[in-house]
Amino acid sequence: MNKLNFLQPDKNNLNTYLYTGVILLSLSIFIVFLNSFFNRDIVSFLPGTISFFLPLILGFIGLHLIRIEYSGLKFLDSINKNINTNNFNAFLSLIIVFVVIKSLPPLLSWFILDANIAGDSKDVCTGSGACWTYIKIWFNRFMYGMYPNPEQWRINLSFVALAFLGTIGFFATEKFKKYLTLYYVVVYPIIAFFFIFFFISGGPVFFDFSYGIIAAVISVIIGFFIPSKFKMYYFIIVPITVYILLKHVFFYEELIELGKLETLEWVETGAWGGLSLTFIVSFFCLIFCFPIGLFLSLGRRSDFPIIKYFSIGMIEFWRGVPLITVLFMSSVMFPMFLPEDMFIDKLVRVIIAISLFEAAYVAEVIRGGLQALPRGQYDAAKSLGMGYWKMHILVILPQALKLVIPGIANTFLALVKDTPLIFVVGLLEIVGMLNLAKTNPDWLGFAMEGYVFASVLFFIICYAMSKYSYNLEQKYKTER
Amino acid sequence: MSDKIIQITEMNKWFGDFQVLKNINLEVEKNKKIVVCGPSGSGKSTLIRCINRLEEHQKGSIIVDGNELTEDTKDIEKIRAEVGMVFQQFNLFPHLSILDNCTLAPIWVKKMPKKDAEDLALQHLEKVQIADQANKYPGQLSGGQQQRCAIARALCMEPKIMLFDEPTSALDPEMIKEVLDAMVDLAKAGMTMIVVTHEMGFAKEVADEVIFMDEGMIVERAETKEFFANPKSDRTKLFLSQIL
Repeated sequence: MNKLNFLQPDKNNLNTYLYTGVILLSLSIFIVFLNSFFNRDIVSFLPGTISFFLPLILGFIGLHLIRIEYSGLKFLDSINKNINTNNFNAFLSLIIVFVVIKSLPPLLSWFILDANIAGDSKDVCTGSGACWTYIKIWFNRFMYGMYPNPEQWRINLSFVALAFLGTIGFFATEKFKKYLTLYYVVVYPIIAFFFIFFFISGGPVFFDFSYGIIAAVISVIIGFFIPSKFKMYYFIIVPITVYILLKHVFFYEELIELGKLETLEWVETGAWGGLSLTFIVSFFCLIFCFPIGLFLSLGRRSDFPIIKYFSIGMIEFWRGVPLITVLFMSSVMFPMFLPEDMFIDKLVRVIIAISLFEAAYVAEVIRGGLQALPRGQYDAAKSLGMGYWKMHILVILPQALKLVIPGIANTFLALVKDTPLIFVVGLLEIVGMLNLAKTNPDWLGFAMEGYVFASVLFFIICYAMSKYSYNLEQKYKTER
Repeated sequence: MSDKIIQITEMNKWFGDFQVLKNINLEVEKNKKIVVCGPSGSGKSTLIRCINRLEEHQKGSIIVDGNELTEDTKDIEKIRAEVGMVFQQFNLFPHLSILDNCTLAPIWVKKMPKKDAEDLALQHLEKVQIADQANKYPGQLSGGQQQRCAIARALCMEPKIMLFDEPTSALDPEMIKEVLDAMVDLAKAGMTMIVVTHEMGFAKEVADEVIFMDEGMIVERAETKEFFANPKSDRTKLFLSQIL
């Protein structure tokens, strides 16, 4: 039997140190646990200060005793390496564990144990916890804003359809892979716009939309029988012809008379709201601000003075004004400069304003990437006979954009979180709806639940985006 | 005239106030191999970068394959496509595989069908002996392999002239030979080459003529044997005594 030295635990008496240490550590955690969950202080017989610090002292000694290098036990080694490297780290680890244990009961009780979700009025919320009934009752409004209830299937259908169309990339065969970029950059946004403009907005224009869809489907089916040589022309001419035929010759009058198709009720954009509006605004702003930012960043590095100073002016102007004033201007000032009979929808104006605003940031982020590329890349591309556009599209931008994925993700996340500001022009997306709901006389006093709910939703959206950007980074990583 | 593929007359170039090239006169005939040497800062690299207009000259004229390079040359890309260039730092495109590096320009600049471009690229990669690395990325290759790939990439455009800007200066001594071998093969195949290098062994082996530059001027130009046997100017003698 080796001599025990409790100041310097070593491997020789591994079990003795280990058991003593683990017992002390468990005891300390147990004391805090009882105290926190059951409100029992089993060490209350000790003087106040000592009983308060006792768990910390016990745990500290315990961790000291199990800090044995190369013990041969995998679990012990990994603990020692990660949370118990020295006295100071042991102390920090203990504090963190205690804080977590201490804060769990109140959180649990507020979120779950004492919370209410049953019933459909404020009266059921008697406990001290959260009132999820409030969220339940208002859920519909938080999702769709003032969009009329019987029409909400249109939003659902559009979003499901767009989500489905967005996943097409995963199913594309090798043959169609090269068209994917074109699809996502050009075709998909157009489809999305049509869905939102014709379907969610509704009105008589809906007919055009349905004819467009029929025309597209028919021409795709016929397309399989056309020799590939003519396909390019074919896909431009045939859909338009079919569309015109459908609209003016075959269907229009008859269908309305037969009552087979009823026009979708028109819902003005002022009634849109909630999370669906958050999505719509974020989606279009993301789509528009990226290409605008790209061109501004290239423009800023251009040799032509007009383009260069125009780009610098745009970037500095939009970066120099607060978003809230931009939004306010877009809704109040801008219409004054329009001709009397011209009208641009408020939502459209807001989307354009946010897009331009964020484009300035995107432009500077991309410019950072462009400047990070060595000059040799430009030289090499030029020496192979590439002109400005080929050089940028094939060589420079793929590398520069890859470099700035984290920066762009940053800007995009900021954009999504900036969307609540559109309340200044009277558009109520989810946070706007929350603010509206919390001032409802029947539901006063539940602001907390609402903001927690919104935070969770925003966190999910933003975390998904950040995860996606990280995946993109990994996907395009070609260095070792 | 017809066999003079590059004609440079009275060419001057300034970087700001600093004159890098002074009254350069140079004629290169087809299929000739020229080695340019000289101390650093003497304007060698700038000279050959002027030949495909990666640098602009301010005075004098440069005529490449019958086309004068001026400020309003519309088809500068066409001329560049005929002049291949290999750089000191390789400058491969890191986001593309070796094969894609080689096929990028033929496909997008010369509008070659993809299949043909790949065949051509593999053919050239075979010549520089890295065909087996075709699907790797530049970051996965050694310096010597990268430089050989860069040579293959330039050759895929089937240029009339090849410019080498210190192709071996950034390499480990062991890798210099494999790159020089590839260049010797190319020279033997009859390519017109202008090579900026400090590798005098290479110069002796393949060059028809050697040009010595100092302080932005061509100090001496002579047949290779003559250049190494009896250098005329004192500056050249000093340089050679230090480098050999």
